[in-house]
Amino acid sequence: MHLDHHHDGPAAVSADAHRPDGTRRALRIGLGGPVGSGKTATVAALCRALREELSLAVVTNDIYTREDAEFLLREAVLPPERISAVETGACPHTAIRDDISANLEAVEDLEDEVGPLDLVLVESGGDNLTATFSKGLVDAQIFVIDVAGGDDIPRKGGPGVSTADLLVVNKTDLAPYVGSDLARMAADAKAQRGELPVVLQSLRSEDGVRDVADWVRARLAAWTA
Amino acid sequence: MSRAALLVLADGRFPAGGHAHSGGAEAAVRAGRITDAPSLEEFCRGRLHTGGAVTAALAAAAALDADPGELDRAADARTPSPALRAAARRLGRQLMRAARATWPHPELDALARRFPKGAHQPVVLGLAARAAGLGPEDAAYCSAYEGVSGPATAVVRLLSLDPFDATAVLARLAPEVDRVVQDAVDVARRAVSEGPDVLPARSAPLLETGAEAHATWPVRLFAS
Repeated sequence: MHLDHHHDGPAAVSADAHRPDGTRRALRIGLGGPVGSGKTATVAALCRALREELSLAVVTNDIYTREDAEFLLREAVLPPERISAVETGACPHTAIRDDISANLEAVEDLEDEVGPLDLVLVESGGDNLTATFSKGLVDAQIFVIDVAGGDDIPRKGGPGVSTADLLVVNKTDLAPYVGSDLARMAADAKAQRGELPVVLQSLRSEDGVRDVADWVRARLAAWTA
Repeated sequence: MSRAALLVLADGRFPAGGHAHSGGAEAAVRAGRITDAPSLEEFCRGRLHTGGAVTAALAAAAALDADPGELDRAADARTPSPALRAAARRLGRQLMRAARATWPHPELDALARRFPKGAHQPVVLGLAARAAGLGPEDAAYCSAYEGVSGPATAVVRLLSLDPFDATAVLARLAPEVDRVVQDAVDVARRAVSEGPDVLPARSAPLLETGAEAHATWPVRLFAS
């Protein structure tokens, strides 16, 4: 990363913290995790929690449809011009890690067209436990797993569970019904992650996304400091 | 000039967005025109000698320092399908980003200023080759080869085709790629002195109409 290096020309070529006009770009936070763990629901809840206080936009990476983008549009969590869908050629992890160019363009186009933005959420398509975001694309990443996917996932670890800046264990309301042991999941996550934070959440409860929203606010405060 | 720079630019993992595109293979699979390795080979052969010959010549001409604006207009004129034009510009923009980060060069910066939303990919490819210290033949090789390797990779995903069979298809096409590249460089040299009108204008109507249909599908694996 070239945090203080200005490139000539209209488009930044890497993770530059500044836009071509010299202003600070939006904070970019990635959300990854297995299929069905609640990434899109978390994005929707974050949009509702933060849209009054921040200028934000969302990039989705579906595997073969535009369903995630369309869900966000249908739920009307943001105006349509603030939601952009990237097509990933059947490989969502490639588009967020190995070849990030389409996602970078989507982020930059959103900043150009609806900016200035404070925050861009980049949602990965549902993938496996090894999917992580490139540091060239996002400044921080959230990995979302859920209790119904098996309470041994934190113990199994992997790059997403072990290294994400925030691990979210979603759907805690389902734990009694699927026989998942929340205390064990939390302890296993702690063992894998050391000091990195873990949030257990249920979006069914009132203000269920509060802890994640507070974490995002703290990242944003650090970014703009 | 570094030979290895050609390998960097030609590497299928060069991060310029190509992985999300099938080169028309997804539409051809759906239409039943690609079903196995032999039909993949025929598809790739047709693509190589039509659009592939055009893009290789454009890339070679750009590498020879022909005016990128004129070449971009020539590419537009040779691409009837709006969906394919949009895909070519999107890929050109993505390649521009990757090339500027990989081989910083004032010509690439100038191109980015002139085409902030992307020039046609072969035009950018030719300038990227220049920035990498490569020549017109190298640019044409990259263009012609990725024009067949992209669909082959995509069909491995789309049909669960045996990857060894798909790679063997590319190996069998190699001598034809050589000939297309030689023709592309020859005509590109003429285009530098006589103007871009001498560049080939071959087209594959099924690729054009297939791309238009593909762009309307609500569910698809590839962007084009």
